[in-house]
Amino acid sequence: MNESVITTNKLTKQFGDFIAANELSFEVNKGEIFGFLGANGAGKTTAMRMLCGLLVPSSGTATVAGYDVYKHREKIKQNIGYMSQKFSLYEDLTVSENIKFYAGIYGLSDSLIKEKSEQLIHQLDLRKEENQLVSSLPLGWRQKLAFSVAVIHDPKIVFLDEPTGGVDPVTRRQFWDLIYDAAHRGITVFVTTHYMDEAEYCNRISIMVDGVIEALDTPANLKKNYSSKSMDEVFRQLARNAKRSE
Amino acid sequence: MKQLLSFIKKEFYHVFRDRKTLLMLFGLPIAQIILFGFALTNEIKNAKIVVVDYAKDEASRQIADKVDASTYFDIDKYLSGHEEIEEAFRSGKIKMALIFPDHFYSDLLHTNKAQVQVIADASDLNTATTLTNYISNIITDYQSGLNKGTTIPYRIVPEIRMLYNPQLKGEHTFIPGMMAMIMMIICVMMTAISIVREKELGTMEILLVSPFKPILVILSKFVPYLLISLMNVTSILLLSKFFLNLPVQGSIVLLYAISFIFIITSLCLGLLISIKSESQQTAMFISLMATLLPTLLLSGFMFPIENMPLPLQIISNIVPSKWFYVIVKSIMIKGSGFQTIWKETLILCGMALFLLIVSLRSFKIRLA
Amino acid sequence: MVTVENLTKSYSEGKVKAITNLTFRVNEGEVFGMIGPDGAGKTTLFRILTTLLLPDSGNAQVAGFDIQKQYKNIRESVGYMPGKFSLYQDLTVEENLSFFATVFGTTIEQNYALIKDIYSQIEPFRKRKAGQLSGGMKQKLALSCALIHRPKVLFLDEPTTGVDAVSRKEFWEMLRRLKSQGITILVSTPYMDEASLCDRIALIQNGSILSINTPQAVTSAFGEKLFGIKSEMMYTLQQDLRSSSVVKSCNAFGEFYHLTLKDTSDDASSALLRSLKEKGHQSLEFEEITPKIEDCFIKLMSEGSN
Repeated sequence: MNESVITTNKLTKQFGDFIAANELSFEVNKGEIFGFLGANGAGKTTAMRMLCGLLVPSSGTATVAGYDVYKHREKIKQNIGYMSQKFSLYEDLTVSENIKFYAGIYGLSDSLIKEKSEQLIHQLDLRKEENQLVSSLPLGWRQKLAFSVAVIHDPKIVFLDEPTGGVDPVTRRQFWDLIYDAAHRGITVFVTTHYMDEAEYCNRISIMVDGVIEALDTPANLKKNYSSKSMDEVFRQLARNAKRSE
Repeated sequence: MKQLLSFIKKEFYHVFRDRKTLLMLFGLPIAQIILFGFALTNEIKNAKIVVVDYAKDEASRQIADKVDASTYFDIDKYLSGHEEIEEAFRSGKIKMALIFPDHFYSDLLHTNKAQVQVIADASDLNTATTLTNYISNIITDYQSGLNKGTTIPYRIVPEIRMLYNPQLKGEHTFIPGMMAMIMMIICVMMTAISIVREKELGTMEILLVSPFKPILVILSKFVPYLLISLMNVTSILLLSKFFLNLPVQGSIVLLYAISFIFIITSLCLGLLISIKSESQQTAMFISLMATLLPTLLLSGFMFPIENMPLPLQIISNIVPSKWFYVIVKSIMIKGSGFQTIWKETLILCGMALFLLIVSLRSFKIRLA
Repeated sequence: MVTVENLTKSYSEGKVKAITNLTFRVNEGEVFGMIGPDGAGKTTLFRILTTLLLPDSGNAQVAGFDIQKQYKNIRESVGYMPGKFSLYQDLTVEENLSFFATVFGTTIEQNYALIKDIYSQIEPFRKRKAGQLSGGMKQKLALSCALIHRPKVLFLDEPTTGVDAVSRKEFWEMLRRLKSQGITILVSTPYMDEASLCDRIALIQNGSILSINTPQAVTSAFGEKLFGIKSEMMYTLQQDLRSSSVVKSCNAFGEFYHLTLKDTSDDASSALLRSLKEKGHQSLEFEEITPKIEDCFIKLMSEGSN
């Protein structure tokens, strides 16, 4: 269980004078659900982009899925999945076209694509909607589909950027069922959220404040250490002193 | 009133803070004219011409030599007859043919008047026009040399023919055409885009919820583009006078008045487009299809309307830039006054009024 | 202050129903929350009430004016902050504010007292372009602009979406202070935990209102016992609970699962705990809890779909 899939050591990203992410050092284990919290502007997006191979760090080291973030950015991209609230699926393509497109991007064979999309449509109960445009689906369904598509190539890690924003409470829970499922299959889940109750669903949580990881532990330990009843309180205690925002 | 002013101020902020677009708006006409000017001066040095000299007398030879000696022309070849001219033009190297009829000098001496034929390749109209001007000057020059000390002046009349493009009669069409185009770009496209941008941004939502009258939203959008357009008219006219040596023959005031009417027409068109489009891309695309293309194709700027099939000729009548082009051409080149262009002006005014009413009526006071 | 009667609106020629037969009232000086997920119809409702859209049927009055016939009066007396940041990014903070002030026929000075509390926080950056502000500051500027003409009713469409927990709390504190100035506030949000900050709430889903009341009354109408449970193995606990015959519903809430049971007697619950222990669950915690708004929402949603 303690095989680490993300390892960072003093990972830093500087934009001019501004240190967006300052000496981040942490490990994420295989199959873990890792919550990555922080106030707006704390540096979450920058950190996530470095790990996804979209931004070159200024200094420090990091390996993702066993690959170096400086040298093997293409390899990293092969081994991760990514989903964000803002961009996920093509709204003017149908459900099955989206599935086939994303599966195709990751070079899955035709027979595997067929098998996977069958499985996925069955799992999400989208049989009737298979040939409908994604834009006609309710938001919650779209987000579930987007997540399933993001893990269609069985990546080692999936990065989720506020995946459940605005989704109704029932669908939100179904979404987390999918996350648990994926984690059970050995996919590591790296997730950001503004819902503090969702933070409790994570195995471990890191909280970033002003570019620095202020706290990193299991939800239970965090609550104990900050003598708080809920994650919401922990978060507020830490983020209250934040000087910068976005 | 104060509201309107603050709105207009805001529009100016938008325009002046978008440096790249601003540069383009002002730079485009200037760059066009300068490029055009250079193209003109480059072509005109040592243009190759052919001469058909049926007369072979003293005068014809002297004129031909004078032409050859000028920096503008090079006589490529003497041809033996008319029939060879066409072929010479087809080779593409020859810009013009000069034809002296039989008995050129004796006609001149006995009747005090002789004709010389000038045939220019008007497929490149601007070069052709300039070249014919130059050759007329050379001939006039020769003529005034002859006339020294004579009582009855000799007259050599150049008979100019524009081959391949006879309808344009050698008028300068570039400047009026470009004025129409630039105004289309600025007034139609920029206005449409700037209104649609507010829709995309969501600010239109807030403005609609405010007690501010929608009509004023529109008016204030008009002002900066109206001013920019007028400034462009000025820069085009100045460059055309001092850089290209093409001054306005007619009344400048009249020209500005007409431009003003045309700008209003274009602004209304832009407004109409913005009402129908939901994204900046759509607005841009419709502007191109509905205004720029017709201006290029149906205003007479690039292709003479008289040569078009009848349906296109009829359609060309609803293109506002056609009328603007006709009017500006008359004022700039022929120096026409209001009495000759009032009909066209009336049509343009009618169009402006029509578009203004339609666009104000279809302006939505709600989102859908 | 706001009266809505049988309001219905659909898009694409009736194919997509945005809101159906909404009826409710908002009293003067109230903070009224429209709580529901994206796509519930909150934005459509706000747009109708701010006279941006016409309803298909039904009627509504805002500040005593009819939304169709007297839309001009309404536009003078409401403030509106759309869900998307809708200010001019290329104008500075100050320019944006003074522009909106003149649009509404007033000046910054005239109503400075009302916005002082909010605007003073961004005033140090008044020469900065709005596009370069942080999310929280943009929001404060947008709120200042919506308030500049001292509206009677303020419509805030999802002001806290995508905003972190700390800024969200700050924002709600600002709303409480505005309420004390006598402004009626209609606010929509997808975050259920914000419901308790409103005087009254309407839970809205798929264009229909599930429930309208004070937050306390909504939760006390839950109508059955609710239990919280946790163990060391949450994933298997969920599977075990869902397969149990006594469990009526089981939803994850932070570190607990919230349960309703078909048989709420002590015997039944201790039997459930026993069977869980037999399945290997250790350090089980189990207690009766008071339901939250989100519990009610989930319950009403599932009742609606059955």
